Amino acid sequence: MAKQYVTTTVNGDLTELLCDSTQTLLDVLRDELGMTGTKEGCGTGDCGACSVTLDGVLVCSCLVLGIEANGKSVETIEGMAKGEELHPLQQKFIDHIALQCGICTPGLLIAARSLLEENSDPTESEIRYWLAGNLCRCTGYHKIVEAVQAAAIEMRGN
Amino acid sequence: MGRAPSPFATKIPYEKKDLKIVGSNPTDRGDAVDKVTGRARYAADITLPGQLIGRVLRSPHARANILSIDMSAAEALPGVKSVVTCDDFPDMAVEHAASGELMVNFRDVTRNMMARENVLYDGHPVAAVAATSDAIARAALKLIKVEYEVLPHVIDVVEAMQPDAPVLHDDQFTKGVEPKPEKPSNIAARLESKLGDIEKGFAEAEIIIEREFNTKPVHQGYIEPQASVANYTEGGLAEVWTGTQGHFVFRAQIAKLLQMDMSKVKVVPAELGGGFGGKNNVYLEPLAIMLSKKGKRPVKMVMDRDEVFRATGPTSGTNVKVKMGCTKDGRITAAQAELNYQSGAYAGSSLPLATITVFTRYDLENVSVVGHDVTTNRPKVAAYRAPGAPMVAFGVETVIDEMARECGMDPIDFRLKNAAKEGTQTHFGPKLGPIGYIQTLERAQANAHMKEKLGPNQGRGVATGFWFTLGAETSATVNIGEDGTATLIFGTVDVTGGSRSAFAMIVAEELGIPFEKVRTMSGDTSALGFNFMTAGSRGTAAGSMAAVTATRKAIARMCEIAARKWEVETDEVVWEDGHARPAGANVGDFAPMSVAELAKEASWFGGTIAGHAEINVAQGGPGFGTHVVDVEVDRRTGAVKVLRYTLVQDAGKAIYPEFIEGQFQGGAVQGIGTALNEEYIYNDKGVLENAGFLDYRIPVASDVPFINTEIVEVPNPDHPYGVRGIGEVPIIPPLPAIANAIFDAVGVRMRDHPMSPPKVLKALKDQMIADASSQGTAAE
Repeated sequence: MAKQYVTTTVNGDLTELLCDSTQTLLDVLRDELGMTGTKEGCGTGDCGACSVTLDGVLVCSCLVLGIEANGKSVETIEGMAKGEELHPLQQKFIDHIALQCGICTPGLLIAARSLLEENSDPTESEIRYWLAGNLCRCTGYHKIVEAVQAAAIEMRGN
Repeated sequence: MGRAPSPFATKIPYEKKDLKIVGSNPTDRGDAVDKVTGRARYAADITLPGQLIGRVLRSPHARANILSIDMSAAEALPGVKSVVTCDDFPDMAVEHAASGELMVNFRDVTRNMMARENVLYDGHPVAAVAATSDAIARAALKLIKVEYEVLPHVIDVVEAMQPDAPVLHDDQFTKGVEPKPEKPSNIAARLESKLGDIEKGFAEAEIIIEREFNTKPVHQGYIEPQASVANYTEGGLAEVWTGTQGHFVFRAQIAKLLQMDMSKVKVVPAELGGGFGGKNNVYLEPLAIMLSKKGKRPVKMVMDRDEVFRATGPTSGTNVKVKMGCTKDGRITAAQAELNYQSGAYAGSSLPLATITVFTRYDLENVSVVGHDVTTNRPKVAAYRAPGAPMVAFGVETVIDEMARECGMDPIDFRLKNAAKEGTQTHFGPKLGPIGYIQTLERAQANAHMKEKLGPNQGRGVATGFWFTLGAETSATVNIGEDGTATLIFGTVDVTGGSRSAFAMIVAEELGIPFEKVRTMSGDTSALGFNFMTAGSRGTAAGSMAAVTATRKAIARMCEIAARKWEVETDEVVWEDGHARPAGANVGDFAPMSVAELAKEASWFGGTIAGHAEINVAQGGPGFGTHVVDVEVDRRTGAVKVLRYTLVQDAGKAIYPEFIEGQFQGGAVQGIGTALNEEYIYNDKGVLENAGFLDYRIPVASDVPFINTEIVEVPNPDHPYGVRGIGEVPIIPPLPAIANAIFDAVGVRMRDHPMSPPKVLKALKDQMIADASSQGTAAE
């Protein structure tokens, strides 16, 4: 089967690529573009490790086809820090030890950023339910929730 | 714990001293920036030029003889570069080796990585291919023709022990039984552990409680599936990048399984995406190397999630019978247990650990434990965080809760009355050294949690846990740079990022330089001497002993440099506060020299400054913890909600306290998952029905509350900083603590795991029927 030509924007960069029509966006990011920051934990949309945004919408990139990114804008973990300056969520995750092994961390950060874009002052319960699609087996979520709370405070500037 | 402790093992006495860095919480730990930016490299992130993709064909049957395997059509598919079956691997004789906390037998390891005469579980590898793309490799698997003779199977542990059960191995005769049984059976081994006189103990008892418990296998549930990238070169050298908890042990096993010299195999541990004991075993590595050798290109293999569930891990499913007796004033007089543990397809479960840990929280005179290691048609079990312990604690801590209630005692007071302490004789041999069990109980009792009021259908439960701290071979190198900064190369896999930070803190403390001036890096198998696995809570405890040893050798080297410069004897130089100093005024008036100053002078005075450690760390410093949980039971659905959770544990010395809290919280939530949701579900054909995170439901953020933690510090006397292993204890108490809380809430005793809504609902209905019938009887 002939490969499909896709033009997309990844973290602000116009990107052209060829992919099979069966390849997921996750496969395209990792295998075609070498962007391995987005992780695969299950391939069935159950773990959230592959979370990215597509035109600003939080998705599991394992449930999206690569060709669906055509003409759209993809944001991944690689685009979260601005140069040397970490995003407040990234810094708070470090400060609060909200990561251990780190395999779920990119997906959690992308998901948490989406939350704070929608709701700048989430309750603990809102944080927990928003992040319920992102599995973490190391932390028990305690410090992740604390880190998101701390980042929300900093980003609100109060 | 795998092997007998060596009499030549290293102990370094605990020294109480003022600490500047150890015990603080650095915010710039070495691994974190790479992990939050997506730069950290896990095995699946590694790509070699020209790499092929390898995939495994797995058995669809729980048990079958393999009559034939035809690889010809798969091999002929364009893009397929190599195929392997068991014919590509030498058969292995019976030979045991330690692999983490469990032992492995090479005869079985080679069969588990690639089936030989038969398949013994759904998911058992049968063949593997490597192709130029994942799609071609998957297509090739469909072209492999395997002819099976399907045989009767057995999944449940109690059924597998019956005389008429299908027997997995016709050459397996129960070990530990005299005389040797005449017939083979699924009971691979019988173990015993005894202390005192159990009959006398029960005779002295005024209250005797005997109960039976069943648990299902649960999976480690690491989010990173197993992944390996292998490159075999024409020169006969193999390199493997893999997710492992012990790259040196993997190298030894790979070399054995492929009959290569160890020196020709290099294993590079990639950043590890969770292990919890599940990455103590080789699965893909030998296959990837052989596919690379035959295909003459590097090979990457990554498991799908369903392969992870079907063919790696899990822990044992168990049947546990506990009988305990006590006096009316709450003194335990007898403790007896029968432990029946599934090992999966091949012998060797966590039973030996369970047998010796079952009652080791209590100071008991009369103990009798009998255990059976039972083969069933499930994946070969792997270690899972305190392997074997949560299931026995489920039984013991639930029975203790019943006894405390019978005595009219508070559950913590009951435990305090019987608590193990320094000098307690364990039922498996050694006497306990200084431990912090009583402190964890007292701190839990004093915690504000205990004052929280409970509402209707809410209850509070208590349970406790104990685990060892494994020692074993540990190596490290400290290199002092010419600018006075330090690099520690460590060889124990840092599974979370906590160890390497703790090592850096300790090296900085020893050297007297800032934390930021120490970098820690994982060394591959070519960089250091042998290191045993990160298992048995040993990573930070043992790794830091090696770091201290190596650093002190580097310090000795620096004192030597100062002595040469000052033209005095080496023993006239001491190391204090980050400087070489004259030992006394009589030595001479020399300005103290810092690490940076000494590093600058090193070349002239003998060469580079470094220190090495190759030690066998003594096992010791056991850890104890007490958990308190509040739950609410929904009587309409049977759902159990964890409302409040408090965990108190002895860490010996918390090098990096906030990280230890994270380990406590993570372990507790894994335990909550075990308690309330997680289980392997097989259909009547012996096929796993929930091989994915949708149906095998691990806790999500909205399932759990904040986990309150308290760290107790009773120093381990054989560690220079007093460190105890802390990783495993936290997963032990949640299962019984929640069972006890459910009883406190709604008055039903849960003895079948998991305590999922259908089971709790059924228990509530059974209770209503029993209540109604007893009221009916009373009315008559």
